[in-house]
Amino acid sequence: MRGAGPLLSVEDLSLEFRARDGTVRVLDGVGFTVGWGKTVGLVGESGSGKTITALAIMGVLPPTARVTAGRAVFKGTDLLAADERTLRRYRGSEISMTFQQARAALNPIRPVGRQIEDVIGHHTDLQPAAARSRTLDLLAGVQIPDPGRVYGAFPFELSGGMCQRVMIAMAVACSPSLLIADEPATGLDVCTQAAVLELIGDLARQNNMATLLISHDLGLLGERADRVVVMHAGHVVETAPTAALLAAPRHPYTAKLIASSPRPSVGLADLVTIPGTIPDFRAQLPPCRFSFRCDRAAPECDQPPLPRVVVGPDHVVACRRPL
Amino acid sequence: MVGRRLATAIPGVIGVIVVTFLLNRALPGDPAAYFAGPAATPQAIEEIRTRLGLNRSLPEQFVLYIRDLARGDLGHSLTTGQPVAADLRARLPASLELAFCGLLLALAIALPLGVLAATRPGSGVDHVTRLLATMGNSLPVFFTGLVLVYVLYYLLGWAPPPLGRLEVFRETPPAITGSYLIDSLLARDPGLFLAVAKQLILPTMTLGLAALAPITRMTRAAMLGVLASDYVRTARANGLAPRTVLYVYALRNAMLPVVTTLGLVLSFLLGVSVVVEKIYAWPGIGAYALDSVIASDYAPVQGFVLTMAVVYVLLNLLIDLLYGVIDPRVQIES
Amino acid sequence: MSTAVLRMARAGRYVVLGNPLTFGAFLMLAGLVTLALFGHWIAPYDPLATAVGPRLAPPSTTHWFGTDHLGRDILSRVIVATRLDLLIAISAVTLSFAAGSAAGASAGFYGGWTERIVTRIVDTIMAFPLFVLAMGIMAAVGTSVMNIVLTVALINFPSYARIARAEVNVRRNAGYVEAARLAGNTPRRILAVHIYPNCLPTLIVQASMNMGWAILSAAGLSFIGLGVRPPTAEWGIMVSDGSAFMMSGEWWVSTFPGIALMLAVLSFNLMGDGLRDLIDPRRRS
Repeated sequence: MRGAGPLLSVEDLSLEFRARDGTVRVLDGVGFTVGWGKTVGLVGESGSGKTITALAIMGVLPPTARVTAGRAVFKGTDLLAADERTLRRYRGSEISMTFQQARAALNPIRPVGRQIEDVIGHHTDLQPAAARSRTLDLLAGVQIPDPGRVYGAFPFELSGGMCQRVMIAMAVACSPSLLIADEPATGLDVCTQAAVLELIGDLARQNNMATLLISHDLGLLGERADRVVVMHAGHVVETAPTAALLAAPRHPYTAKLIASSPRPSVGLADLVTIPGTIPDFRAQLPPCRFSFRCDRAAPECDQPPLPRVVVGPDHVVACRRPL
Repeated sequence: MVGRRLATAIPGVIGVIVVTFLLNRALPGDPAAYFAGPAATPQAIEEIRTRLGLNRSLPEQFVLYIRDLARGDLGHSLTTGQPVAADLRARLPASLELAFCGLLLALAIALPLGVLAATRPGSGVDHVTRLLATMGNSLPVFFTGLVLVYVLYYLLGWAPPPLGRLEVFRETPPAITGSYLIDSLLARDPGLFLAVAKQLILPTMTLGLAALAPITRMTRAAMLGVLASDYVRTARANGLAPRTVLYVYALRNAMLPVVTTLGLVLSFLLGVSVVVEKIYAWPGIGAYALDSVIASDYAPVQGFVLTMAVVYVLLNLLIDLLYGVIDPRVQIES
Repeated sequence: MSTAVLRMARAGRYVVLGNPLTFGAFLMLAGLVTLALFGHWIAPYDPLATAVGPRLAPPSTTHWFGTDHLGRDILSRVIVATRLDLLIAISAVTLSFAAGSAAGASAGFYGGWTERIVTRIVDTIMAFPLFVLAMGIMAAVGTSVMNIVLTVALINFPSYARIARAEVNVRRNAGYVEAARLAGNTPRRILAVHIYPNCLPTLIVQASMNMGWAILSAAGLSFIGLGVRPPTAEWGIMVSDGSAFMMSGEWWVSTFPGIALMLAVLSFNLMGDGLRDLIDPRRRS
């Protein structure tokens, strides 16, 4: 039942946090699309709003956050306007998410197998015995060597990588059309990182599942994403097919991100650091939130609105003076 | 695992025994002269002193004390003329029944209230709950008990007079468990059961009210914490039903800190029960100890303190076991 | 250290003025302190004099809170009792604060035998239901104001010792402590000057939360006849004096001292809540 448009289309998403001293505009006009079966990388440094975007799509924002504008259309339904019942039907079965710090994201006092079963039991009509065998299959499917043992294990008995696998198994339990994987590799050792990303890629191909891969590391996404969405300080600053973006980034921030991520071809000493940090969101911000860190900034950059310039096929950049 | 837990309770019990022994020796005045009575000759007092072992050194006396304890000998009550151990045994069920009912009432109200408040932060329920928790912590139990007596007995006449476990003319149920509620049921006497329950209403309310605030407070705080946790977010992101999220994912985890707090609540509850027993002329061990205090009869007080401490240690043991049942992490560690 | 105190003072003003409930509690405490200081002049009658009015007279214009079974003026007794009740609670809390935090801090800092002894004492006290232990002690040592203070201090000792030990423990290896050590400070000086003051905020919150409970414990002991003795004007005794009359309808004998007690405890608790919110905003309720 593939529709005409993209699988997921986030449009003009704005979101703010209520803080003690006023509101903080964390997302401002965020927009991107994820095509059916495609892998899209969402990249940016910590605090750029990647995770909060994902949480908004899933509808599990913390109570202090509030969506002020925008839509997130998934298979023709605006998730941000849908009622709770509809959302619950989608969540975990059509669209699912894995979280950072997998161990904390699993119920500490329930066997992990049971937690996967909870999801299956809720979204399917499988009998308990069938749900159990499906769970064991899923655990085997995420390359857990001893599914029977892990089924009855508690999160604290498993390694971080194992917990991440369990969570992936849980996320794909009902064969969703879209998997949002939030920093699936962070906090794991290098070998496990590669294996986990490999696993997500394999599962996506097997099930024809689209993936929104969130990472702060552009290097990790390079080989795996079809397209990349670059975020900075609550703005989408550049979107492009991965190859085009890596070969010829047009936003100064993207260029810096690429230059600052370690690659075999570049010595450690040549790595670039990006000056400054994400700005204080409580302050009155210029249209381009990167301008004060940018060495190409010009007076015209402080003129609203933030531009969206099409610079190539499927390649958009939010900059007045693109590279 | 039970054995291991029991072992951890041993130092506590030893401490309790040493303290009660020291308290006994700190008694002002001469116990021997006291036992002998006002008309005794110096010779008779000396004789009693020897018999009680009061002429020996402190360590020797301690050994004697331990020996007596091992035999279950807690001395004699001057007031009742009975062995203290027998007196306590006869009165303990009354105290336990009351304390248990009070705790049950408190839990029955506090847990749902705490959960409700936590799931609707900032709502009316939440504000009422928080107010209740703060007010409840400030209530002098002996005063709330009296107010209940005044309102429910004197003004409204809904409750029976605050005079013990049963009205005077009632026959007590055949003693099987010692709990009048259970015993009257075992005797298939619904009328008696009702009479017992009626007497229990006021003291149970008083005790329950006292324990309500800390449990509500803790439940609310624990639920708030758990509802903001990553795993509850995962459960919601997986579309699980709100009931499943609330009970299977949130509440069970929130119970862990609540169970831990229960130890402190019980300490408080056992202390407060003495006051409640006094107000309602409840024939438990607290009232027994207070009667003995008035008569300057120390052995029952000592026995009472010892009994309460042992009950408390056992209850804490129970709490530990309960915690282990809920939290798989504990079993692995031990 | 002085900056910490200053910061607290400034924030204290914020808490007192920022939250109406805390502000109310603050006003009430100010009133209580006034009564404690000047109660003897404010009270309309001699609190100990019997038959200043008829016996068991209900509240009236001459005796606002009525009179008790000996014809004493209850209002005067409630007012005058403020000093004794506050004095007992404040002395007890000060004492357990000083002893408990010193013992706990030493335990956390020196470890070894000091720690073992302190934890043993704390665990032994905690093995009892605290009020029951207080009863046992009071029955053994006899009732006097001094003994009440010592007993209430003793049962509160563990909470301070535990907090101080934990607080010192987390700071023992902090960077600034290491720096002080390298600068040649003696261990005792490091503990007293560099670590202990930093634990004070948490301990002070504990103390303010503890005041209400100390008042309740002392009054409770008096109520069951193991505290202050009659005819002294004390809230617990006064409630106890009137307890029999609650069954026959003379509610005022117990009610007014009971309400005074409740208000005192409530204002200390609210103040404690406010302080805690200030010092540990994460636990804000």
